[in-house]
Amino acid sequence: MIPSKLIDEKGLRVDGRKPEDMRSYKIEVGILKNADGSAYIELGNTKVIVAVYGPREAHPKHIALPDRGVVRCRYSMASFSVAERKSPSPSRREIELSKVIREALEPAIFLEEFPRTVIDVYAEVLEADGGTRTASITAASVALADAGIPLRDLVAAIAVGKVENTLVVDLNGIEDQYGEGDMPVAMMPKLGYITLLQADGSFTPEEFERGLAMARQAIYRLYEGQKKALRRKYLEIAKEVSEGG
Amino acid sequence: MDKHYGVLPLIKRDSIVSLLKKGERLDGRKVDEFREISVETGLISKAEGSALVRIGDTKVIAGVKANIGAPFPDTPDKGVQIVNAELIPVASPVFEAGPPGEEGIELARVVDRGLRSSEMIRLEELSIIPGKKVWTIFIDIYPLDHYGNLIDASGLAAVSAVLTGHIFDIKVEGEEITIVEGSEKPIPIGKVPIFVTIAKIGDALVVDPSYEEELVADSMLTFSIDEDKNICAIQKSGSGALTFEEVSSAKNMALKVAEKIRNFIPKID
Amino acid sequence: MPVYVSNRQIVVPGELLAEGNYNVNGGFYTYQRKYFSKILGLVEVEGNNIRVIPLKGKYIPSVGDVVIGKVVDVGMTNWTVDINSPYVGILQVTEVFSKPTSISRSSLSEILNVGDLIVTKVIAFDYSRDPLLTIKEAKLGKVTKGTLIEITPTRVPRVIGKKGSMIKMLKELLQIDIIVGKNGRILIITDDPEKETLAILTIKKIEREAHVSGLTDRVRNFVLSRLKGG
Repeated sequence: MIPSKLIDEKGLRVDGRKPEDMRSYKIEVGILKNADGSAYIELGNTKVIVAVYGPREAHPKHIALPDRGVVRCRYSMASFSVAERKSPSPSRREIELSKVIREALEPAIFLEEFPRTVIDVYAEVLEADGGTRTASITAASVALADAGIPLRDLVAAIAVGKVENTLVVDLNGIEDQYGEGDMPVAMMPKLGYITLLQADGSFTPEEFERGLAMARQAIYRLYEGQKKALRRKYLEIAKEVSEGG
Repeated sequence: MDKHYGVLPLIKRDSIVSLLKKGERLDGRKVDEFREISVETGLISKAEGSALVRIGDTKVIAGVKANIGAPFPDTPDKGVQIVNAELIPVASPVFEAGPPGEEGIELARVVDRGLRSSEMIRLEELSIIPGKKVWTIFIDIYPLDHYGNLIDASGLAAVSAVLTGHIFDIKVEGEEITIVEGSEKPIPIGKVPIFVTIAKIGDALVVDPSYEEELVADSMLTFSIDEDKNICAIQKSGSGALTFEEVSSAKNMALKVAEKIRNFIPKID
Repeated sequence: MPVYVSNRQIVVPGELLAEGNYNVNGGFYTYQRKYFSKILGLVEVEGNNIRVIPLKGKYIPSVGDVVIGKVVDVGMTNWTVDINSPYVGILQVTEVFSKPTSISRSSLSEILNVGDLIVTKVIAFDYSRDPLLTIKEAKLGKVTKGTLIEITPTRVPRVIGKKGSMIKMLKELLQIDIIVGKNGRILIITDDPEKETLAILTIKKIEREAHVSGLTDRVRNFVLSRLKGG
């Protein structure tokens, strides 16, 4: 089902969005009982659940470092998350993404406060429709905060792309597959540092700079959503208490 | 998980960082200078293409094998490109035997993206019997000596091996295909990507990090750039963070340096 | 110079707290002369004093902490003790008896076996080795009766209360004994199963509502109404 046009005459995308529009999203915090921290994100049809365990004892012991904690990350796509069933065993893509996601989150964590321990981040993609690695990072940083792990800043991420020579924000699955370029970016919004940057496709140097600026704006918006989601759980309890309990 | 962590004593990091404050590097290079590069091609007669690249003391060999196989179902008229990298123990005491780990997989995928996004191998010209038989180009990368910046050396080796590699004419009779003996012809080429990696050490950005520089780097940014100055792949690796200004500076450095590296690409007439 | 947060506000990691001369405690860090929260927490602002209290987090041992541990392994001269922390505790044989006693290897498990609960104190911890424990002092030792519950370690101060006021109130109202471990493990000792259930419900309520003001009164009312109503 290759679409005939990815951008129509009015400049709107296949799902009716303007180039600078993000998809609607929701973030829920602390939804898993077993995990030390957890978050669920929906970004358009992309759905990812993230569980954080830790800091905890390192198993096997030899992976621990004497002066700081170690982060392990597993990004995995459920077999039913994509159109053609995906085999459950880790693909090369999942292995690479596990690495870049980990490297996007590590700079934010005060690992020096937990020597000889491990922090495990598990991201499971339940439905994939573009932007799974950036959604995973956005949810993972919320899950880390939910677990009480000290962070320099939250980390939020979005993918910017190029579709029929137009730069667009938050690629969906079709745009990612049939477009001319994909650039996922993750940032610590308050501190202004980039922690994930990848690209494929073809960008002129000027498009690259403009794409980065567009990503930055979208990331600031996502950041507000992350903060709201984190506060919501405790504000709800406070509300219940004042109303009756 | 950084396997190399803790290997370089702290005292060396301080000396690297303080030298960089004056714009100097341990081996005397300027911050935007590559080490000495050499490219040797056609050294493996059993392969359909090969190249040995040296960047300073780093040595990487890439081999091209051209097989005939089935296309991917969603691209029945296109050939197949597969890039793999094996970080063999020959190259470094920190590499262990076994299937590729995250580092090897990342390396292969970044090189693959650079080639694919610039359409270096024109896959649409590799169809033999559409939907049934196409050329599959395997590019296998083997570092032989890891002294920093495996990605750029691997990318240059992959590109050079493909540029000097060959496929054959095919005789198609109904469902039968035969390779025409002695009909070596070049692999159809599109644009040619150059890979430039820049390491961030403290506040400094340096091109083509040596092994020691990689160990102390906060993070690295690899750009893949074609001859029209389009950026066809980017990969930030390592657990550091970069400001927007640093990313822009790195991009500008990469664009400048890529042109110099392009001179080492084998010239094909 | 300004404070950017108000009393009892929930803050997230990276949130700007204040700029200038303040006395800041708890989960914060400084960067370019500004104070930032480093955790998801509750902020208390009183004049020049700012405190960031974590809402959740693992128990990290501190020398002097009294905790409730669970023996997970019997070694040759020590026991390995789970203290509900990323760091596992070690209780050496020399930290069990005040007088020198000769103990054979096989009798170690007769003193403390896998699964036993102990009230123990942290006597050493420096991150480079596992924390060391003792049960030599009074009020420490093997737990022989009581029910164990676990709460988020960061809420323990609320269960204890200012100068022990909350825990004192609970013990008086319920007429039971409660041992609170800094590691979030709490022992409820009573023969009355209804009192035990009420104690558990109350402590869970404190854990859940720790960040909402007026806690002490709410808890008192909760306990009293349940005691009367049944």
